[in-house]
Parts: sequence; C-alpha cells; structure tokens
Amino acid sequence: MKGDVLIKNAKLVDGRGVHGTADVLIGEGRILSLSGGEAPTVLDATGMILSPGFFDPHAHLREPGQEVKEDLQSGLTAAARGGYTDIVSMPNTTPVVDNAEIVAALKKKAAQIKQARLHPAAALTQGQEGKVLSEAHQLQAAGAVMLTDDGKTNEDAGVLAQGLLYAASWGLVVSVHAEDAGLRRNGVMNEGSVSFRLGLPGNTGYAESARIARDLEVVRYVRDRLANSVSAQGLLHIQHLSTKRGLELIRQAKQEGLPVTTEVGPHHLTLTDEALNGLNPIYKVAPPLRTQSDVEALIEGLLDGSIDCIGTDHAPHTQDEKELDLLRAPFGIPSLEVCWPLLYTELVEKRGFPLAVLVARFTDGPRRILGFPPLHLEEEAEASLVLWDPHSQRPVEPQTFASKAKFSPWAGWQLKGWPVCTLVEGRRVFALE
Amino acid sequence: MIFKSKLLNEDEVRRALTRIAHEVIEKNKGVDRLCFVGIHTRGISLAKRLVDLVEKFEGKRVPMGILDITLYRDDLTEIGLQPKVRETRIPFDLNGKAVVLVDDVLYTGRTARAALDALIDQGRPSRIYLAVLVDRGHRELPIRADFVGKNLPTSKSEVVKVKTLEDDGEDAVELWEMEAS
Amino acid sequence: MSETATPSFPKHLLDFRDWNRRQVESLLETAQMMQEVLARPVKKVPALTGFTVATVFFEPSTRTRISFELAARRMSADVVSFSGTTSSTVKGETYRDTLRTLDQMGIDAYILRTDAAGVPYQAHSWLHKPVINAGDGWRAHPTQALLDAFTLREKLGSLEGKKIAIVGDILHSRVARSNAELLPMLGATVVACGPAPLLPGSLPGAALTTSLREALYEADAVMVLRLQKERMEKGLLPSLPEYIAAYQVNRERLGWAKPGAPLLHPGPMNRDVELEGTLADSPQSLVERQVANGQAVRMAVLYHVLVGKS
Repeated sequence: MKGDVLIKNAKLVDGRGVHGTADVLIGEGRILSLSGGEAPTVLDATGMILSPGFFDPHAHLREPGQEVKEDLQSGLTAAARGGYTDIVSMPNTTPVVDNAEIVAALKKKAAQIKQARLHPAAALTQGQEGKVLSEAHQLQAAGAVMLTDDGKTNEDAGVLAQGLLYAASWGLVVSVHAEDAGLRRNGVMNEGSVSFRLGLPGNTGYAESARIARDLEVVRYVRDRLANSVSAQGLLHIQHLSTKRGLELIRQAKQEGLPVTTEVGPHHLTLTDEALNGLNPIYKVAPPLRTQSDVEALIEGLLDGSIDCIGTDHAPHTQDEKELDLLRAPFGIPSLEVCWPLLYTELVEKRGFPLAVLVARFTDGPRRILGFPPLHLEEEAEASLVLWDPHSQRPVEPQTFASKAKFSPWAGWQLKGWPVCTLVEGRRVFALE
Repeated sequence: MIFKSKLLNEDEVRRALTRIAHEVIEKNKGVDRLCFVGIHTRGISLAKRLVDLVEKFEGKRVPMGILDITLYRDDLTEIGLQPKVRETRIPFDLNGKAVVLVDDVLYTGRTARAALDALIDQGRPSRIYLAVLVDRGHRELPIRADFVGKNLPTSKSEVVKVKTLEDDGEDAVELWEMEAS
Repeated sequence: MSETATPSFPKHLLDFRDWNRRQVESLLETAQMMQEVLARPVKKVPALTGFTVATVFFEPSTRTRISFELAARRMSADVVSFSGTTSSTVKGETYRDTLRTLDQMGIDAYILRTDAAGVPYQAHSWLHKPVINAGDGWRAHPTQALLDAFTLREKLGSLEGKKIAIVGDILHSRVARSNAELLPMLGATVVACGPAPLLPGSLPGAALTTSLREALYEADAVMVLRLQKERMEKGLLPSLPEYIAAYQVNRERLGWAKPGAPLLHPGPMNRDVELEGTLADSPQSLVERQVANGQAVRMAVLYHVLVGKS
C-alpha cells in the first residue's frame, strides 16, 4: 500500500488504551494501515508514542483586537507544537465574538494558517454583557461550537437559564466561568493561610463552589423545563475547576445523571498557592492556585472521570502586563506548548497516573463535550495525530515558544513527553528538528 | 303524550295537497313569478310536493326555497333549551315574486309571523301567500292562511302531528293529547 | 312545529373546561348557518332584540372588538363598548369597580378582554351575568380557537386524525393554549413549536418541540403566531434576524408539511417576520377566511350563550 507518511515502530496509545507498536501508514488525510506500507516520508518512531491529536476546549487566542498578546498565527502554531490539533478559542476579544460574521472570518483565517484547527466559541450574551442572548442559531451555522461568557461570570441566573434553554435546543454546549463575583472580592490569589500571611486580597474557594451549586440547580431547572420538548445531552460545561468542594458537587451531580461536564487546567494540577510566596504575578490566575488538598482531589477526579478533560485556559499576556504589581497584573497562565509534557511528567511518570486515561482526557473527553465523535488510532481514522517522546528530558524554555507569551510558571522544569511531530489530516504542521 | 286519533289518512292528505295546488294556480292566475318556500321541517317536504303537483298540472317547475325561522322567533328568551338553527336557502331572487310560504300546521300564528319577517329580510316579494295543511285555530296574532288543507278545531291541550312520507315514512295527520301533569 | 333542541350550553364562554365535543360541533354547525345570514344583503336577524351587550376591553384590540360588536349588532342586540387601559396599581379593583359600575346600567352580557388571566372567572362571580372571554392574559381566547377550527374544517373537512402545527411564542399565547384545548376535542393532534425560552415546559393537549422541522413534518395545517418585540427586550430572544433565521415559516420550510397545507394566523401579522410575505398572500393562506369566519362564529357564540333561560 502507498501513502504519504510512514511512522515506523511507534507505540500506539489512545483513549481506548495502550496498544502495541505498529507501522502507521498515512495518506489521503487518513490512517491507511497499521501494518506499514510505502511512503516518501518515513519517520523512525522507535521509543516514541503515537496518540490522537490533543483537543483543547479552552484557550484564549486574543484575536480579534488583542493581537499584542497573541494572535491566531502564533496561538495555533504554539498549539501544534504542544501536540494540539484542535483548539476552541474563547470569545472575550475586542470586539467580542458574538455575531456570525466574526466567527466566519476567524474560521477562514485559521484555515489559511494551516496549523492546529480552530473551533471558535461565541459569546452566550451579546457583547458578553449578560443581558441579551446572542444569536445562537446563526452563530452555530457559521461554525461556533460552544457558547460562553468566559472572561466574565454569569451573575444573573435567569439570563443563564434562558441562554441554556436556547443553546440546548440547538445542541450547543454552554461553558461557564463559575465564580461568584461577590464572594470573590477582587481576590488576587486563593484566600487561605498564604494570602493572610502575605497580606493579599483573597478569593475563597467557596466563590467557586457556591456558583457551581447555583449553576447545577439552573441545569436541573433547564433539564426539567425541556423534558417534553428537547432531549438535552451535555448542557453545561464548568470551566477550570480548581476546588475539592466544587469537584464534590459535580461528582454528585453526575452520579444523578445531570448533563454537566467539567475540565481542569494544568496549573491547578501542579501548583499551589504556596507558589505565590515568590510574589510573582506569573502565578496570578483566575480561579487562583489552591491548596495541596485541592490538587490531590482534582487528580483523583481526573482519574475517576468526574473531570472529563484537560482544558489549558491558555491565557497569554504581554511581558509588561505580567510585570505589573500583584494587584494590577492581569490574571492568566499560558500553557499550550507545555501542557502535555508537564502532565505526562508530573502525573504519569511521577505518580503512576494511567497513561491511557490521561490521553483520553486530552482527546476523547473534549471531543465528547462538544458532541464530536471520538478519534482513535485505527484504520480509516482521520490522521490528526501527535507523535511524542516519553524518554528524552528537556527543560521548559519559554524563549523558544511559538506563543507570543514567552514566560511560564514552569520555566526550567525538566520534563519528558515533548511532542516530536503533529499531523492535522495527514499534513505535518509541526516537526521537531 | 297520548295518541288520540288519526284525523287524515294517506289519501286524504294527498287530496288536500292536490286541491291546494289547484287553488294556488287559480289564485295566482297561472305559474307566472310563482315560487314556494317551505318552513322547517315538514313545510319543506310539503312545499316539494306542491312544486311537483304544480309541475304535473301546468308543465312548469317553479323554484323552491327552504326557510328556518329560529332566529326570528319571539319566544327565544322564554324557552329552556336553544332550538337548533337550521339551513335557510333561497337560491333565487325573491324580488317581484309571488311566494307561497308552506307550513304543516297553523296554530297561534307566531311561526307564520316569524316566517314573514325572515322572508322579507331576504328580499321584496310582490306577494306572499300562506299555505298550511292543517289550520287548528287558537290564533294569537291577526294571521290567516290563504290556502288550507283542512280546518280542524282542537283544544289547547291537544297536539296536531303531521307526518310525511319523506320525513316519517307515511302521510298522516294525527291528534295527540298532552298528559296532565 | 317540530323542533330539535341543541345540547344545552354553559351560559358563558370562558374557555372549554365545561364544554364537550357535541356542544362544540353543534356550535360550529350554527356558525355555518350564520354564514348564510352574512351572505344576505340585509345582514340582520332579530334573535337578540332587546338584549344589551357590552364589550369591555381592558387591552387594546380593534379587530376583535369590532368583530364582536358587529356580531352582536347583526343579531339585533344593543351594543355598548368600553375600552380602558389598566392602571399600574391595584388592577383587581379597577376591573371589579369598572364592571360593577357598568352593571348598574342594565347590561345583559359581557364580552371581556383583560391582560390578566382569570378576570373573566372573577367577573362571573361579581356580575352573575353571562361572560364571553375575548382573551384573558396568556390563558385563553376561546372564540379565536373556534374560528380557527371552523376555518380549518371549511378547508380540510373533519379534523379527526389531522396534525396541526402551531409555531411561535407559545409561552405567552392564549391563542395557542385555546387551540391546544379545542382541536384535540375535535380529534386533531396539536404540535406546538418555538424557541426554547418561549416554549412552556408542558402544555396539555399539545406535543412540544423546539425543532421547526419536526413540527411542520407532514402537518395538515400550520398556524403561525405573532412575535412581539417585547420578547427581545425582555431577554428571551436574541434578535429579530435570529428568529427569522431559525423559525420563520417560509416556502422552503412549508414544503415539509403536506402539500397545500393551509396557513393560519390570528393577526395582526408581522409580515416577513413570523411568515414570509409571499406566503401570506398565497392561496394557501386562510387569514382572510379567519376574519370573515370570526363574525359567523361569534354570532353563533352569542346565540348559544345568550338565548334561552339558564
């Protein structure tokens, strides 16, 4: 059999499990065969692992309007280097992505860039002002896959409910940044012993759990209200879960069969509020870094499936911005290029987290949330793949990032699992030299 | 109600109708501008018979209409249940016509009075006649029939029932008594 | 003279709670008889001579009020009309006091339209006179449903087994609720469709869906409701273009229904919003028949509710 690329001797790991090694022949954008063949380009993947391309349901690419921090070119390139073939971009840009024209323009531009693929999220409310619903049907027709006011919190439960009702009737998932604005109290870090000692305004974990509790009730209301007219699958996706308490609420809701999903970011699995002892705004993020007990609970939730997937919440800012003081620096940690190696090293290598489960959380989980079919390593499957190296160790060097945000809380960390080659529909969009 | 007696049998009914048809033709001096309008329910069957008889005698089929007088009754506020409003259909121009209103029984005269109002709302005939199979007396209004099949004095506790072949399977006029309550 | 009595009717028309199929069909037959009266040069019958009927409309409406007034006048009743806007406070007192004052002037029956559901029931207890509901809030508009059913039967014959789709703001629609109550009584199935925020969680008599395709699929008739601008202002709908893109009944979508399926609209219509303009003018639209039939139906309602002792 003839193809375009032959990946020789790779170990196959996808959401189904760890499979043996294989010679993967790729052509016409698909996996043509798992038993080799002929191709002009041959990659020797001995010792490496081949997985389906990673899918990030939550990244801020800052275009349109904030291109000084990041744009589609730099962001989608950074994603490909991180092993991502698909990115959901957040709509809190300037202007807000709340109409079909912007969605269509973003999709068109991303297609021309030919790095990771772009799936725009659109605003839940017009202007993300929390008052008037956005035109979900037209947005979906233009290519939006998710509605969210992320960047802001949904303070009015009534508006959220109407938004969920309307989105559900189109089969569109709604994502929320679940934090109670009142309880947050402009906190710049987790409220706890560290914030009290450092004298910094704190943002209690209960701001998150209180809002999650409220939103779960709203989901119950919407589900009951639609019971006779629409079969609602995934209604609500709770973004960047950071607390043990929030996880408990979601786990319980899922056990009852409530149509909710959630994600966790790499920073909430590897860092705690102790990091703020260095008083560096690099660690300033919303929701904030929490305690070790939260970290342990979240890892457990990732394992048992209460947490559906990893979402980076890649939040690039300029160097100048992150060098403002702790009260004024913007919230956000960028992580597209390091997320996989970071979690492979910290969870799989160091803690024995099952590899296939972690791969599932990067691939099947996000696809399921958006209603996409799963992608597995089998013949005829789309060849959107990442080949990565579990053995060679390298430090994190932000200066080499493709992202415009050339800083990282994990700078200098020695990690394994770096992506070596990323393919989108059989085309190599990233290859390490 | 209790049946008392048969006042007219089949032959007597037919003869009465034949005589009425001749009288109408005579009074109208022919069939010029003549038409019949039957009052629901049995007036309709009787009107049809008269049209057939006139055609038999004069060779011409004159037009026929049907009239429902429910909405013209003067006792609508006093009755218990509402009577069913039935079809009124006069498929020809009434203006200038000689109309023969046909009903089965003439009693208080109120039905005839209502029929006159209903008819006049439909157009302006040149002449209106009233033909009834039975006149049982006890008028409450100054109404008289121009053509009567049979005059039958009755008491107020009695009921005169006209049966027609088309509606009841036989031609007859019966006298019934209302039960003392 | 022999006479057939109709089944006895309730002495009011508030909704169809205490009506049965036989009564409804009898009333629709009477309406057919009234059509003949309306075809005469002199459109008048003396059936309600001496009756005084008051139309008391607390919500503005020209076409329904005129329809009722004409119906009453054609039956030779005397008609008095009162139009009022409600004050923003203590609405209950305003309704009750207004009605009681009118009642002192010798009114025999009331035709009532209010913005609050249930006032006709209250009026009944205040006045002890026949009340005909011309629309109370979002709850009921029985004469509209009757004229809709009458118009559909004119076109389709019996409604037994027919699928009728109602599209639009179902949540706030008394037309939808009354049709969902009445049409199943005549053997039809009703499917109500609209954007999720404008669809009730449940509606007796109707299946619910947010999918326009599912609602229109093989429908025997399509009833389109008016979209009110307030719904955008109250945050229940994104925008007019969005509604049009998602729920406008246009030629392409009407193709999902049975060929020649008639179109109904209670009026007034937002042309090219809920219904494509060319469809509104097409032979499939029965909107003009609805208005004409409204007269005959209301005459029949007045006859059955007012004539005869209670």
